[in-house]
Amino acid sequence: MDNLLSIVTFIPALAALILLVFLRGEDEAAQRNAKWVALLATGLTFLVSLFILAGFDPSNTGFQMVEEREWLLGLQYKMGVDGISVLFVMLTTFIMPLTIAASWNVTARVKEYMIAFLMLETLMLGVFMALDLVLFYLFFEGGLIPMFLIIGIWGGKERIYASFKFFLYTFLGSVLMLVAMVGMYSEAGTTDIAQLLRHEFGSETLSLLGFQIVGGMQTLMFIAFFASFAVKMPMWPVHTWLPDAHVQAPTAGSVVLAAILLKMGGYGFLRFSLPMFPVGADLLTPLVFWMSAIAIVYTSLVALAQDDMKKLIAYSSVAHMGYVTMGIFAANQQGIDGAIFQMISHGFISGALFLCVGVIYDRMHTREIDAYGGLVNRMPAYALIFMFFTMANVGLPGTSGFVGEFLTLVGVFKVNTWVALFATSGVILSAAYALWLYRRVVMGDLIKESLKTIKDMSAREKAIFAPLVAMTLLLGVYPALVTDIIGPSVGALIGNYETALANAASASQFAASQ
Amino acid sequence: MIQADLNVILPEIVLALYAMAALLIAVYGGKDRFTGPLIWLTAGLMVVLAAWIGITGEGTHVGFGGMFHDDGFSRFAKVTILLSGAAVLVMGQDFMAKRDLMRFEYPILVALSVIGMMVMVSAGDLMALYMGLELQSLSLYVVAAMRRDSARSTEAGLKYFVLGALSSGLLLYGASLTYGFAGTTLFSGIIDAAGEGQAPIGLLFGLVFVMAGLAFKVSAVPFHMWTPDVYEGAPTPVTAFFATAPKVAAMALLARVLHDAFGGVSADWGQVLAVLSLLSMFLGAVAAIGQTNIKRLMAYSSIAHMGYALMGLAAGTVFGVQAMLVYMAIYVTMNVGTFAFILSMERDGQPVTEISALNQYAKAEPGRALAMLVLLFSLAGVPPLVGFFGKFYVLRAAYEAGLVWLAVAGVVASVIGAFYYLRIVYYMYFGEEGEALDRSRASVAGVLLMASAAIMVVGVVNLFGIETAAQAAAAALVN
Repeated sequence: MDNLLSIVTFIPALAALILLVFLRGEDEAAQRNAKWVALLATGLTFLVSLFILAGFDPSNTGFQMVEEREWLLGLQYKMGVDGISVLFVMLTTFIMPLTIAASWNVTARVKEYMIAFLMLETLMLGVFMALDLVLFYLFFEGGLIPMFLIIGIWGGKERIYASFKFFLYTFLGSVLMLVAMVGMYSEAGTTDIAQLLRHEFGSETLSLLGFQIVGGMQTLMFIAFFASFAVKMPMWPVHTWLPDAHVQAPTAGSVVLAAILLKMGGYGFLRFSLPMFPVGADLLTPLVFWMSAIAIVYTSLVALAQDDMKKLIAYSSVAHMGYVTMGIFAANQQGIDGAIFQMISHGFISGALFLCVGVIYDRMHTREIDAYGGLVNRMPAYALIFMFFTMANVGLPGTSGFVGEFLTLVGVFKVNTWVALFATSGVILSAAYALWLYRRVVMGDLIKESLKTIKDMSAREKAIFAPLVAMTLLLGVYPALVTDIIGPSVGALIGNYETALANAASASQFAASQ
Repeated sequence: MIQADLNVILPEIVLALYAMAALLIAVYGGKDRFTGPLIWLTAGLMVVLAAWIGITGEGTHVGFGGMFHDDGFSRFAKVTILLSGAAVLVMGQDFMAKRDLMRFEYPILVALSVIGMMVMVSAGDLMALYMGLELQSLSLYVVAAMRRDSARSTEAGLKYFVLGALSSGLLLYGASLTYGFAGTTLFSGIIDAAGEGQAPIGLLFGLVFVMAGLAFKVSAVPFHMWTPDVYEGAPTPVTAFFATAPKVAAMALLARVLHDAFGGVSADWGQVLAVLSLLSMFLGAVAAIGQTNIKRLMAYSSIAHMGYALMGLAAGTVFGVQAMLVYMAIYVTMNVGTFAFILSMERDGQPVTEISALNQYAKAEPGRALAMLVLLFSLAGVPPLVGFFGKFYVLRAAYEAGLVWLAVAGVVASVIGAFYYLRIVYYMYFGEEGEALDRSRASVAGVLLMASAAIMVVGVVNLFGIETAAQAAAAALVN
């Protein structure tokens, strides 16, 4: 199985092609076929991807299962996984069947809907496996197209505005990265990520338009990549596209957006920004720290003021991503382990929360918090599951949310106590908005006439939540499942980072003494 | 001796003889009765010539004392021109037939203008350049005004003619200055006179005027004013033709003049091109936002695309020329597909060019809408479609030539430009229910639309090998 990664990546695309070519008609049978094909394809992808996990050797910190082929323009088609990316691949293949199952009630243009999601899965998997700069960019940007269509076609009332904002915002962020990539290609003469990781980009002070750029090339490239990943992440203050996109996207779109697409930013920081431009990263770490801390506190406060459930969860996502960026740039074992852990766990928890909103949205067709109240009376199972994920979102010990937050905070505490202190206050705020949301939607008396006939979750819905609950609990009580896999790779990453910083420091001292 | 000279321009001679014979037969035969077969015959001949040039051509041959070059560069351009010309000819046939525009002059004039373009890209001398350019332009003026009874069409023809004549005047003035200071019209002589680095000021004046004249032809800002009006006024098949082959020819000619005649002073013209490129990209991106007519929109889109192609040329390197050639080949393919789509936009048998007419098109015609979607994202340069690679090429060329600011400006412009392509997608997929367009029937245009969309997706694998061809072509030009 030399090309296991390619097989996993392109199974969904193949299924999309089959749907496109062979499925005709819009009647019920055709719709059902489209759903089943999509579900089987994503399920198959997950099963095959288990082989990746099985064949993965955590103690090897290099890239594994590498495939390499010549491509045009001196580029390569190169795929591979290491400890940092393998879990994101698994997260993607794990979440996708659930989102398809969650879309079982879609009736408009089902075939196109499924094709868009299948293409999206291929592109997302490609992002986490690509080992060539341009190939990475191809998948990274390509994902915009299906997501744009998903929001624009199957979204809510303001979908047009949200889809354009989503596309143009993220596109603007990433084109600067493209220029930086072209620059890296010219500097290093290769686009192979494995080789670029070994390449040292210049860090001598540059003068640009009269400004002295400390850290030179590395700082500029770091900023260009940062522009892209910060938007994708999203970090305060470039997060404003996210609430719009989340609110307008259909439930499954929100789930994918929150659970997987946001992780591309964090993955990008770990794959490019930190290891390739250590000097630039080191210089701008304080900036990132404070942006993250502001994001945690500010967006938590904003979340408190929301009256739309999805918007509230979207802001809480931004806050949680604040922990991730903070942990990554702490650049120590706890920080980065925690950041990756937080991303994986947030994938399950936020995905589940959006599904929770979707469950009642499907019944009542509104996301207004005020339209609900007292659901526990008619929907006990729903109340239980919503409770569980609310607690996980708050970071209750025993759920995976706790481990990620705790590790990142420990990591940051070791580097910058004030930022850690500031960020920890976000833990309290998150408890406030999450519990208050739960109280307003689920607790109390059932007084709204429209809710008197609401039905509890169906078996299908319960089946969708079951794996998410299991994973959240499992990772909460036994986090070593994740940290054992990522630990060695993260350790190597930090080792290289520190060596590169030391080298650059001694080089600049040497230059100063001359 | 003469035999060798004639061999160099054999494809042009064949096409010219064919055009003249066809003219004779049509005039004395049945006039417009032959138009249908003539279109197919002309297109067929062009494809054959393209195959002939592409497959058998090798090495560099110079004819007529240096006036005419047959090298890798000219062959690449010629194949692109011939193929796109043939595609545009056949796909417009349905449209022409419905509008009673099946005049036998159309295919013949197109053939003549293609000959002009082939001469342009092979020119090794200012006189040959001008001959080719005028043959091309004169034919195009006539086809632009082919719809005699339409005020729009005649206006387009006249506008094109007046501004085209102005640009020819500029070009001739530049050519005469160049001749005056270099003492020769041969490119090989001019490059010696211009020398390395420091050219006489008169020659630089000549260079700038020649560039201004050619910038008109590629419709680079600030010489672009004619483009939207002509695109809108001319019958759509003619517009499709304007958007493809002549652009390639003019861009190739620009590269030829700059590198063969003024290669020594690339620092001077590089700046001019960089500014032209910057202005074109931004104006093309910004001005298209307000357009409601898809043909005008495509005019601004082509202005923006010329900006990117010029970015490659502005680099002044071999790789820059290669990037430009690849970009043009991709651009032409995308435009053939897009215009094939526009040709099929009809309501009650009448052509529609309002973008808003595409409301909910995806519901009525999912297949064609999907193909158009692919083309639009490719035009916007969004990966993973082939259009992205064109951009990647020119960005790399600009970056390596030290034009980082231009590269950054280019990507920013591409984001602005993405907006109006997305707007078409918005109408097709997200729009409100409205008066629907006619169902399109199976046609050549439909096939070309699907084919070019497929190329945009499948081409990602290896760009169909045009990379190596463009590399050889660029190496043949710059030495």
